[in-house]
Amino acid sequence: MTDENTFGTSSHGHGPFIAAIDQGTTSSRCIVFDNDGRIVAVDQKEHEQIFPKPGWVEHDAAEIWTNVQQVVDGAVAKAGITAADVKAIGITNQRETTLLWDRATGEPVHNALVWQDTRTDALCRELGRNVGQDRFRRETGLPLASYFAGPKIRWLLDNVEGLRERAEAGEILFGTMDSWVIWNLTGGPDGGVHVTDVTNASRTMLMNLHTLDWDEKILSSMGVPAAVLPEIRSSAEVYGTARSGSLEGVPVASALGDQQAALFGQTCFGEGEAKSTYGTGTFLLMNTGGKPVNSYNGLLTTVGYRIGDQAPVYALEGSIAVTGSLVQWMRDQMGLINSAAEIETLASSVEDNGGAYFVPAFSGLFAPYWRDDARGVIAGLTRYVTKAHIARAVLEATAWQTREIVDAMTKDSGVELTALKVDGGMTSNNLLMQTLSDVLDAPVVRPMVAETTCLGAAYAAGLAVGYWPDTEALRANWRRAAEWTPRMPADDRDREYKNWLKAVERTMGWIEDKE
Amino acid sequence: MTRNIQSLERAAAMLRLLAGGERRLGLSDIASALGLAKGTAHGILRTLQQEGFVEQDPASGRYQLGAELLRLGNSYLDVHELRARALVWTDDLARSSGESVYLGVLHKRGVLVVHHVFRPDDSRQVLEVGAMHPLHSTALGKVLSAYDPVAHSEVAEGELEAFTGRTVTDPEDFERVLELTRARGWAADVEETWEGVASVAAPVHDRRRMPVGAVAVTGAVERVCEGGELRQHLVAAVRDCARSVSRDLGAGRF
Repeated sequence: MTDENTFGTSSHGHGPFIAAIDQGTTSSRCIVFDNDGRIVAVDQKEHEQIFPKPGWVEHDAAEIWTNVQQVVDGAVAKAGITAADVKAIGITNQRETTLLWDRATGEPVHNALVWQDTRTDALCRELGRNVGQDRFRRETGLPLASYFAGPKIRWLLDNVEGLRERAEAGEILFGTMDSWVIWNLTGGPDGGVHVTDVTNASRTMLMNLHTLDWDEKILSSMGVPAAVLPEIRSSAEVYGTARSGSLEGVPVASALGDQQAALFGQTCFGEGEAKSTYGTGTFLLMNTGGKPVNSYNGLLTTVGYRIGDQAPVYALEGSIAVTGSLVQWMRDQMGLINSAAEIETLASSVEDNGGAYFVPAFSGLFAPYWRDDARGVIAGLTRYVTKAHIARAVLEATAWQTREIVDAMTKDSGVELTALKVDGGMTSNNLLMQTLSDVLDAPVVRPMVAETTCLGAAYAAGLAVGYWPDTEALRANWRRAAEWTPRMPADDRDREYKNWLKAVERTMGWIEDKE
Repeated sequence: MTRNIQSLERAAAMLRLLAGGERRLGLSDIASALGLAKGTAHGILRTLQQEGFVEQDPASGRYQLGAELLRLGNSYLDVHELRARALVWTDDLARSSGESVYLGVLHKRGVLVVHHVFRPDDSRQVLEVGAMHPLHSTALGKVLSAYDPVAHSEVAEGELEAFTGRTVTDPEDFERVLELTRARGWAADVEETWEGVASVAAPVHDRRRMPVGAVAVTGAVERVCEGGELRQHLVAAVRDCARSVSRDLGAGRF
């Protein structure tokens, strides 16, 4: 989707509409949706990635807010509509990225620390003390890891001169990007509302999953003053109204972390329904209904969404670090293909993997193993193996890693996966989708709108203002674009899985000296 | 035997001169090496430059081989790339038309389905990616035969098999169908391949205006046609979709 929009010819164009803002890791986007959940207009702008040191990643929050305003104006202009045609604004955002700003001036006190930033590694180890990385897992559902916001707040308070005093005096506000965007949209220093939603709050490591409120014990262990924290609200309710720009006067009515928004956009409203988003990495979330499920298999427990004053819905989350990025590696580092799509051409030129297995543990193994001493392995090489077999092994790696996450989810939740809803760029790879269905032994389904993240934010906002009556109406909007069903004989699947697990074993213990 | 075209021979000699190693040559080097007047050499170089076969270094004014020569040897568009580019547009076409959408390319003597979007009605459907459809009776095949000379020669050599009573089997009649397709920019198949099924297709072009595939909407004849005619909004929607995909592939406006 680039310059102008020439979508179809019919139906849409009839208002009213919902606008969704996706404040993502590399860009900010605004998409205008109609009542059928179809895209009417899109605008997008990238922002700078700031790398002050190896492992450090920052964003300029002022630039992000400027970009958000521009893409909102851009999408509204492209749609040829006005604020009067828009019923609500929904927000979705990169999760865990942490910002502190001055309540009086609205100026950030430091660049935002991006979720990928690893500067809090040592701090997390220190916070684990003798208990280890699961010290706060029972309350928060999360292991102590550098992604999450709490330790990032602590780092800023410790490292920006005079910040802790100002924070304790109530002059400083904390927020993930949802809070930053909502506060600015609703007036900023001039009466902006300081809120976050349960899904974003569940990624701070400061919220208790059972009470859905800030956990005082963890706040004091982590050294975060309560005065900086936003109020935790549901994912779908009116937080305030936009105070400027082309959507002035429109209610701001939803916030969801990006992966939870995709779960919502895929209408995974029933227990056991799951979605998997295939980008550079992959995030699989499964709806576990009204109760948080503890994971004993290396998954995260998180809030899926909460609609207004209804009961919260929880989710289990598993992530795979390297999926689409492995295809990029084949293109950029190995030079075996010219474009990401060509991996399918190369892989399709052979019938099978020729005995080769590729475990891309480039920075260790994630869920369900969590082994940082592992490194990547290509196993089973013989003279027979060609680059086409390796290409096939690359695609199979994504499928088997998904299978391992799904198995962990089944163990933790006791719920069997009936079908997997997929989205993201890699869903255009037909061979990968078929392989996925084969190794999961379950149907894999792609919906008609690829932009499920923005759609989820739009859905939640639309529910909050009565644009859509209930989740059933949203389900009715969901359309199947394609479905892959398993074709692999059970014996083959079992043998291949066993081989994959053998290859995984061979990645472990490669790094001997941890420091 | 007719005489060879002298300027083409000279252009070929220039390309050979510039090929091999990292070579950049000035105008006078090229002219003297080939025994040409500077003016003559410059005219040929300028033409090659316009076609992208030769590039001139702006700083030194010297000439070298152009990027277009590399693309010549690597001109085939990967069908999976085509599908990735078409995904958003074909989804939207299925959604707006309420019918299933196919993306096809020429493969051997038929149309290979490289992408298929389900009809958005929640009914049980089977993914048809990888299926082969005939060239002479389907809307996709007619578009490919009308625009791609390779497809045209394939279809001209084969027999036009009758699948239904409406299949066009006479070669001269078929040529007229292709002429009509080129004239209006789209093709139809109203129960010419399968009874009860109708389809409309339009061509997808790449940035060099090469026909690389075709997009079609397919559905029950009662829904796709009205009063014996194809529904005009479907025709417009298919053409819009094909244009959007072409634009994503870098083709200019039509």
